[in-house]
Amino acid sequence: MALKQLSVFVDNTSGALADITSILAQAEVNLRALSIADTEHFGILRMIVSDNDLATSVLKEHNYAVKETQVVGVKIGDAPGRLAAVLTVLKDAGINLEYLYAFCARTERHAYMVIRVADNEKAEKVLTEAGFHMITDSDVLKL
Amino acid sequence: MRYFQEKIETMPLEEIRKIQSEKLVRQVRHVYEHVRCYRERMDEMGVKPEDIHGIDDLRKLPFLTKDDLRDNYPFGLLAVPKKDCVRIQSTSGTTGRRVVAFYTQHDVDLWEECCARALVAAGATSDDVCQVSYGYGLFTGGPGLNGGSHKLGCLTLPMSSGNTDRQIQFMMDLGATVLCCTPSYAAYIGESLKERGIAPEDNPLKAGIFGAEPWTEEMRQGIQKALGIKAYDIYGLTEISGPGVSFECEEQQGMHINEDHFVAEIIDPDTGEVLPEGSKGELVFTCLDKEAFPLLRYRTRDICVLSRKKCSCGRTFMRMTKPMGRSDDMLIIRGVNVFPSQIETVLLKEGYAPNYQIIVDRANNTDVFDIMVEMDDDMFADTVAGITRREKALATAMKSMLGINPAIHLVAPRSIQRSEGKAVRVIDKRKLTSDRQWKG
Repeated sequence: MALKQLSVFVDNTSGALADITSILAQAEVNLRALSIADTEHFGILRMIVSDNDLATSVLKEHNYAVKETQVVGVKIGDAPGRLAAVLTVLKDAGINLEYLYAFCARTERHAYMVIRVADNEKAEKVLTEAGFHMITDSDVLKL
Repeated sequence: MRYFQEKIETMPLEEIRKIQSEKLVRQVRHVYEHVRCYRERMDEMGVKPEDIHGIDDLRKLPFLTKDDLRDNYPFGLLAVPKKDCVRIQSTSGTTGRRVVAFYTQHDVDLWEECCARALVAAGATSDDVCQVSYGYGLFTGGPGLNGGSHKLGCLTLPMSSGNTDRQIQFMMDLGATVLCCTPSYAAYIGESLKERGIAPEDNPLKAGIFGAEPWTEEMRQGIQKALGIKAYDIYGLTEISGPGVSFECEEQQGMHINEDHFVAEIIDPDTGEVLPEGSKGELVFTCLDKEAFPLLRYRTRDICVLSRKKCSCGRTFMRMTKPMGRSDDMLIIRGVNVFPSQIETVLLKEGYAPNYQIIVDRANNTDVFDIMVEMDDDMFADTVAGITRREKALATAMKSMLGINPAIHLVAPRSIQRSEGKAVRVIDKRKLTSDRQWKG
């Protein structure tokens, strides 16, 4: 059910992100969403891409540390208060967030949240019960 | 019992030189005939075995380096048929390619005798119970001292390293009198005894032989106090045979080199020029009578001083100081000697590949000590907290080995600057204006 995300370890050097995105561009991997966690010394680039296997293999060829992680993808309405509603459900279920980021589709009037929690299944369950739609890898391909 | 082989260990200098000369002539002929690498090097320099008449001709021979060993891995420097070998030992392998040394039975015996000499010099006799807590296996520490202990006739406890509870139990229950391990492990055993409320005078130990890693005089004092023993240094390297190439006697003033088997020279590491006795420089060893893996003029990269000053123990073998550093890489950070080899040891122990870079700088009159370590996919946690946790755990492990606290930074795989395929290990920004440390 869950959505797969790629995480890449990035040294905090100028041009690091340009290099990674160029590698993906050359392999014709499309980026759906991305987010960066940054610290003084390093960053973690997290991406939802059109082809995880291809992206992983080209990045590894270039010596990047790449990890595929399960995350929760939630479709929400593009309106005020929708994210708060999702997060309230998680809060009430006692689920801690590790991180989250958002992206929008080209055509639909929707936003999508990518959420990382310790217990994906539980998060999906409580969100589904609360009436939210989860998105999966195949949904992302259609966006 | 003062000596294991009194006649040899106390023979006059002229006799040592005579034996060395005879053995060298034979050894050069042996390697020239059987090892292509030596033959090619000697031919290039225009030196033939007939040109080597004695020990004074040693300097006509080419040097051998660790890179030569790697380039000739695994069989390139083997001087006897493989079927004549009975053993290999290997180094920890810091650049991915290990160094493998071969031994015939004769070579094993020779090595173990050297270790037996070291044990006797530390006060051991066949009445002693010898606890060998060096690692066993490819590492030479365990097998070397184990063999020496057998040769001497001690009751040998082949403990290997680790499992400190069991070490202490066997030490106490079986009455171990001599402990052989790394100095850091000896210090750790000392702490563990204290934690268990066992006073230094209540353990059965009387002496310890500690080597395989650099240690200071302060560490010696600490270990002697904590264990209530005399602590002796021992030196050796796998390439030459293993521990026992040289060893300390009761004087604890430098290590006697087993000169009937190994010839030591001190050279200027930059020019290769042989330096007179008493000079500080790079230690070079020649194996006189090993059969399988007889290295000639092997550059150890250890910096030390040799002395022929008479020793009160009666041994005539020349002494070497404890290595004061490495010709290429020792650092003094916040007053503490730091060897990249120690950092490698910790990395390997903690499950990292030894791909790292040390960066030393100075800010506000204090040394800043950073270690960059390459991570791999397996250890890449997707969260910042996960990576930070790893960095902290590694810093703690480094602190307990080095005595000072580095900042650890995990970096991307293959991101550390490399020169000719080898990672650049040390960037010392403090040193840009001063000369290299060992020159004085």
